[in-house]
Amino acid sequence: MTLHRVARRPAIVALALLGAMLLLAILAPFVAPYGFDVIDLAHRRAAPSMSHWFGTDEIGRDLLTRVLYGARVSLAIGIVSALMSAVVGVTIGAVAGYAGGWVDDALMRFTDAMLSVPRLPLLMIAAAVIEPGVPTLVVLVALAGWMEMARVVRADVQSIKTSDFVAAARALGALPRRIIERHVLPATFPAVSVAMTIAVGRGILLESALSFFGVGVQPPTASWGNMLYQAQTTMTTEPWLGIFPGMFIFLTVLCFNILGDYFRVSA
Amino acid sequence: MRFVGRRIAQTIPLLLIVSVLVFALIHATPGGPLTLYLENPNVRPEDIARLRRQMGLDRPLPVQYLSWLWSFVRGDWGYSYADGRPVMQRLLERIPATLELVGMSTILGVIVALIVGVVASVKRGFDRVTTLFVVAGISLPVFWFGLVLQLVFANALGWFPSSGRSSIGVGGFADQAAHLVLPAIVLASAQAAGWSRYLRGSMGQALVMPFTTAARARGVSEARIVLRHALRYALLPFVTVVLLDASIMASGAVVTESVFAWPGIGGLFTESLAKRDYTVLMAFLMCGSIAVATLNLVADVAVHAIDPRTRE
Repeated sequence: MTLHRVARRPAIVALALLGAMLLLAILAPFVAPYGFDVIDLAHRRAAPSMSHWFGTDEIGRDLLTRVLYGARVSLAIGIVSALMSAVVGVTIGAVAGYAGGWVDDALMRFTDAMLSVPRLPLLMIAAAVIEPGVPTLVVLVALAGWMEMARVVRADVQSIKTSDFVAAARALGALPRRIIERHVLPATFPAVSVAMTIAVGRGILLESALSFFGVGVQPPTASWGNMLYQAQTTMTTEPWLGIFPGMFIFLTVLCFNILGDYFRVSA
Repeated sequence: MRFVGRRIAQTIPLLLIVSVLVFALIHATPGGPLTLYLENPNVRPEDIARLRRQMGLDRPLPVQYLSWLWSFVRGDWGYSYADGRPVMQRLLERIPATLELVGMSTILGVIVALIVGVVASVKRGFDRVTTLFVVAGISLPVFWFGLVLQLVFANALGWFPSSGRSSIGVGGFADQAAHLVLPAIVLASAQAAGWSRYLRGSMGQALVMPFTTAARARGVSEARIVLRHALRYALLPFVTVVLLDASIMASGAVVTESVFAWPGIGGLFTESLAKRDYTVLMAFLMCGSIAVATLNLVADVAVHAIDPRTRE
């Protein structure tokens, strides 16, 4: 990958867009043009216009407002689940890589097993089985995303543990726990941050797919995914209801992936 | 040969772990596999008790697991709760449609990836553009892309049918092919993007290897260097990645088939999920995992057989 220097400009644009999106999501109650649940039966299924930039839904709620509120849910699920899968993935990867032997074998077999179950169907069943809600979804998405992280960290730890500074720490009598925490884990930080950036995007995609199938975020809470779930039956008559939420998913995930690529090359 | 044996020996415990996961997941339901009946007011409590006994659900979980696993291995996958037919029969009748869709989109994805990957590794300016397109392809929500294509090419332009595998009363090759176009493009899109990026990466490596420099020094034409020498080197890891992505393909097929009402296994999965038809869901997950594990095995063995560097 050293051959391909990724341009800096797309990464800066992506970062700016994500910053704006995050800010709009946090400030949604203040910047949204209408109230979250304001029903306006006189303006049902209105096409995008100056008063309703993204149009309105079947009970006259402003779509732009709902997209902004949906951003809070979708972004939160993506970010928190990525953090959680980083914790699980780093722990499993570090233990496997550092311990080696049968511990490594057992943990990696388990990781491989998790990777060979088709991820989306597995999550769909889990989400259908467990009462769906935002916290459950975060955990489910996190549990489906730690495997890549574990592999990356394990490979890193395996090479770091043979390095001189770790040997020196061991010679000074440092215990394995301290060596892992102080010397090995900090060195995996670049790889983990790349994996996490990508994981946020993937988490948002997974959430939206689950919600799209009706087993994710449940109404009245709005997420980009469940807005699409409601829109799929009216795609031909009110296409804006599906186009805008999907575009936000696409743009957000795109920005996270561009950033991840940039980190990967510059790390 | 010993390598093949060892890889198969590794795959079996892996599938056992998967089977425990699948079993545990289904039995974690509050109502267990009988949720469907518990929610039905017409089913009396004594009927449920009888069903539980009949299906062996009153036995300890480890015993249930072992008997389920044994039946599964013998090919007795139970009966669908939704229509009472054997699960295996329901899955088997859906396989042709899924193979058609997955096969077509794999071919499409590989062709696009070969062209994009090779051209991007040679032409700098083109590389910039493709980098962006590749990231875009990976970031596309599959179901949304499907909905948008339906909207544009089926509803607005009317070029292709919006869903299904064939039109009632029309049939024929042209009709089936027309139905295949949009779902195959959707399913291929994400894959083609990832594969192009991968191929471009390994082509980049190949083009600075000593053997390409040597070929250049011998006066071999640039086109021949790229297409014969470098591509041959880059092709093996590329094929491996295509096979290793089977798991992503399976998830993509579930979404694509659902959006386009394609009558394949993915469609069966979403129908069964809505009906909480657990016997079908369990068989689906097991078959999906076995397929993925087998393709991974094939990829490893193929690389081992073709590339002498991977042998110790």
